[in-house]
Order: sequence, then structure tokens, then C-alpha cells
Amino acid sequence: MSHSTVPRSRAEADTTEKTPVASGGATGPRKKRPPTGKLSFGLRFRRDRVLLLMTLPAVLLVLLFNYVPILGNVVAFQEYDPYISDNGIVSILNSPWVGLENFQRIFEDSAFWNAVQNTLVLFFLQLVLYFPIPILLALLINSVVRPRVRAISQAILYLPHFFSWVLVIAVFQQLFGGAGILSQLLRENGYDGLNIMTNPDTFAFLITAQSVWKDAGWGIIVFLAALASVNHDLYEAAAMDGAGRWRRMWHVTLPALRPVIALLLVLRVGDALTVGFEQILLQRDYVGPGAAEVLDTFVWWNGVRNQDFSYAAAAGLVKGVISLGLVLAANKVAHLMGEQGVYKK
Amino acid sequence: MSAVIDKDVRQPERAPARKPGRWAAPPRPVWEEKPSTAGVAGKGLVLALACLAIVFPLWIVIVTSLSSRQTIDEAGGLVMIPKDITFVAYQELLSGGQVTRAAIISIVITLVGTMFSMTVSVLCAYGLSRSGSLGHRWILMILLATMFFSAGLIPTYLLVQSIGLTDTYLALILPSAISVFNILVLRGFFTGISQELIDSARIDGAGDFRILWQIVMPLSRAVLAVITLFYAVGYWSAWFNASLYLNDQEMMPLQNVMIQLVQKQEAPVGLGQAIKTGELSGLAVQMAVMVMALLPVAVLSPFVQKHFKKGMLTGAVKG
Repeated sequence: MSHSTVPRSRAEADTTEKTPVASGGATGPRKKRPPTGKLSFGLRFRRDRVLLLMTLPAVLLVLLFNYVPILGNVVAFQEYDPYISDNGIVSILNSPWVGLENFQRIFEDSAFWNAVQNTLVLFFLQLVLYFPIPILLALLINSVVRPRVRAISQAILYLPHFFSWVLVIAVFQQLFGGAGILSQLLRENGYDGLNIMTNPDTFAFLITAQSVWKDAGWGIIVFLAALASVNHDLYEAAAMDGAGRWRRMWHVTLPALRPVIALLLVLRVGDALTVGFEQILLQRDYVGPGAAEVLDTFVWWNGVRNQDFSYAAAAGLVKGVISLGLVLAANKVAHLMGEQGVYKK
Repeated sequence: MSAVIDKDVRQPERAPARKPGRWAAPPRPVWEEKPSTAGVAGKGLVLALACLAIVFPLWIVIVTSLSSRQTIDEAGGLVMIPKDITFVAYQELLSGGQVTRAAIISIVITLVGTMFSMTVSVLCAYGLSRSGSLGHRWILMILLATMFFSAGLIPTYLLVQSIGLTDTYLALILPSAISVFNILVLRGFFTGISQELIDSARIDGAGDFRILWQIVMPLSRAVLAVITLFYAVGYWSAWFNASLYLNDQEMMPLQNVMIQLVQKQEAPVGLGQAIKTGELSGLAVQMAVMVMALLPVAVLSPFVQKHFKKGMLTGAVKG
């Protein structure tokens, strides 16, 4: 194994200091990189070829499965015919172009607008009912001082995050389904059974409850990390100045959480049109598309089930473009608020 | 060389500050008010309820899976209080047949997939972690950009089908093999490892692969454990790609079989007879499949728990 003869200098090593994304604070002017122009490209390539080789498998996978499919979005402007060939690429090359016809169809399709509406309702419901829970739980756990109690409750709260959606929904079925424990108890006491799993009216709340059960516990980790990094002298100083328990929380703890909350809000808003694809797809048949269809399942239904690939791809493209806009806009807002967002200015 | 490294790896031993009971609260700082009894009770109650909301459903599932048909019939369905313990449901499920096969498929995919994902991710993370190296900013940008857009379900589906992965297990591994997020987390750790250590190894004649294997990876055990768990759970929990790309029911992994058994209330292939003749409770079988799906993650994740924080947003992201 040949090692490089041109060591990467210390000065270069210092340019990429560790910058935790979650930490807010002022982002000073970026340090200027020391000139690397002294070394020729050939020399740098020879020095770093092993490193480049190491990144190759991941880069190839990303190019193949994340970038190449972007080109496949051309089917949204075609009348894609899957029966031309067994190979999708051959089919794409031989399918007729139809311009914006698919998009026109989408915007006239009431099922699409129903999916948009369901998506937005779920997004807002989750934002209001789900988002604050990890923050409150983290404050609660953080105030628990007994290490044993803390570790055990954390272990339990984290656990459902590692369950698959199939399992989570199966568990909910045992609780709230027609043969579930709730119905069982109601029947034993002389009432009618109740099947919450198949009730379209409460579907959005059911989905939110499942998300809370699965991931609210996991969500506290980021906040706990932020809470652990609070300087404890601040609490003491505040107490000396006569601030009680609640005022310390308001003036010391919450400001420490602000950057994390802002970051997570930005991420959530940027991802607003993605509201639990697998989770909803698994339960779509329970309540029907009227209540359960969201944008992602709309794409799935039309493309995978109905084999109307062009139509589905067009819907997917609409969602993708709007999502990209949302991510960028959410970051812009974060920057304006003085927070860091997902990427730096 | 490794002896030298081990010395660095070892954490300074924590001074055993007087041995309090493991449940006891550590002393409070003098300026802090004594907590009121009502406050402590209230907090304890909320926390207990939150934990109960998670444990209680799992308890029912596990107890029912271990109950005999008689107990289940007496309880009128799910069993809350165990009366007898029998492993007959597990015996039936694991004595060959659909569920046994699906479980083996899931285990193999999880092991192979996780190894593949970790290899690719660790190599890439290290390749990008040495600052000043040629092109690492460009490659980082290529990876980061994927966090802002997704090509969409249909184009991805058409691609996977075009390159001939349909009806192969590669379709369950390759398209979702790497997570850019995980690579960034690993890279964040690798960049934090002291440059002197790496330079000195290089002077000793170690190449990049050897530096990665003998210095960087041993120093990053905690984060490697967390990311391995993330990938493994991802493979173990996945069902959508199998439903999309596999047509043969015999090839389906455990999660997809669980959809059929529990969600669609079908009897497992080959066990229908035993359930009809009354030896076996269909409900116990369903619950046993659920336990099989939850057991590996429930057993493994607490071991890595104290490192979870390291798998979060600490990756050094700098474009």
C-alpha cells in the first residue's frame, strides 16, 4: 500500500472544523481556505486517489438511485406505455410526447385536490398535536434527577421508534380495532364495540396518534442534547437573582432550545407534503381514499396500481417541485430569523 | 501500534463518587428549591403514563402470544392477565413453512444489507473526512443535494425495473442502501479525530485503508454502533420495496408476511388446518408473528441507547 508523499498540511486540516448543525449561535464569516494551488491537480490526485476510490461506491449508488431517476421524470410529459418493452428506458424512448397534458388532467382531477387537502390537514394536525410533545417530554425527563428512572424511561420511550410501521399499525389494531382491547372492554360492559381503525372521520387523529406513539419519544433526544449543553452557572446566577423554577425555565432553558426548535420546524415545514407514506398506505384500505389519500399515496395508486405511469409521475413531479421550494423557503426564513437552518448562508 | 491507540481509546475511569443507591437522587445544588411532593408526584405520574402507553400494548401482544387457546377463548380475545404459558404458537410458526422462511429471509437481508451499507458508508465518510483532499467539497455537495429533492416514486420504480432488479433481493438492498444523513454523521465524527494521530500513522507507513481500519474505526465505536443499528432497523422494518419489486409470495420478508397475517387476518400457509381443528389459536399465531418482529429491535436497541445522541445532528455539514 503506497502512502502519499505529500501530506495534507495542518493548516488545511484546520479549515473544516466541526460544526454541529443543531447548534445555533452566530455564524461568523467563513474562514478563507488556504491556497491549495501550489500543488498541481495531478499531484493532488495522486495523493488523494485512495480517498476518492473510497467515496466511489457511495457516489455511484447516489448517482444511480437519486440522480438518474430525475431524468425519468420526463415520463410526466409523455403518454408512457409500459407495454412497448420490458425495459423502462426503451419504453421511455419510444413513448409519444404529450406536453403538459398530464398536468392539465391533474389540476382538473378532484381526487388530486382531495389528496392535497388531506395532506395539508394531516400536516397541520401533526404540527399542532405532535410537534410540541417531544419538547414537553424532554423538559420532563430533563427535570428527573434520578439516573435510574431517567435511563429506564428513556429506554421505554425510545423503543417504538425502532418498530416498523407494519408493527405499529398492528399494535394499534389490537388496541382500537373491531376485535381490539377497547372494543372487548366495551362489549364486556354491555356497550357496542367500536372500531376506530376503520372510521374515516377520525382517521387524521388516528394517524397523528400513531406518529406520537412511535416517534415522540425518539424526538426528545435532540432536545435533551440541547438541554445538556446549557451552562449550569446560568441557572445558579438566575436563582441568585431570585428567579424561581418557572422563570428559570422561561429565561434559561427555553432560549437554549430555540435554535433546535427552529431547525426542526424548518425541516418539518420543508417536508410538509410528506406525511407518513408507508403508514397511510398500510391503512388506505381501512378507510378508503376519501379520507386516507395523500399526495404520496395518490402517486402510488395511479402509478403502481393503475399503471398510469405518466399521470402519477406528473403528480409526483408537482409534489417534488413544491417540496423543493418549501425547503428553500423554510431555510430562507430560518436565516432571516437569525437561525442556522439546514445549510448555512 | 495498537497498544498506543488503546491507551487513547480508554476512557478515563470515572471516579466512583460515593456509592448511592442506584435509585437515589444525587444531591441538589444548594441554590435549588426543594421540589414539592405534589410536583414530584405529578411528574412521576405523567412519565409513568407515557411509559405505560408504550408498554401496555406490547404486554398484551406478548401475553396473548404465549396463551393457550382456552385462555384466549375465555378472555374473549386478547389476554391481559397471563393464566398459562405455552410456546405452541412459536413452535408451529418456527417448524418450517411460511413464517419460518420469511424470518430467515428477513434476517439474511438485514445482515447482508447492513454489512453492505456500513461498508459503503464508512468508506465514503472517511474518504470525505480528510480536509483539503481533492474534490471532497464537490462530492459532499452531490450527496447533500439529495436531501433537498427526491426523484419520485415512479421514476425510481421504472429505473429499478429497467436495470433488472425486479424479483431479486438486490431490489431490497441497493436502492435504499445508503443514507446521506448517516454518512454525514459518520463523517462528522471522523473529521473530529486528531490529524496528528493520522499523520503519525502515515509516517509509520500506514495507507488510508489501514488508517481507517486500525485508527479511525476503533476510535469511533460508539457512532458506528448507532449507525449500524439505524441501518439494521431500516432493513428489518422495510416492507414497501418488497411489495413493489417482488412478485413471488415465497420471497417475501417477515414484515410483508405480517401484513397478510395480522392486517388482512389470513392464516399462515400450512397452519390453517391446525387453527381450524382448534389446537391453535389464530390470535396467538398473529401475536407471535408480531413478537418475532419486535423482539430483535427491543433486545438490541437498549444496548446502544447511551450513544443515540451521537447519531443525531452532529455531522459536520459544511458545503
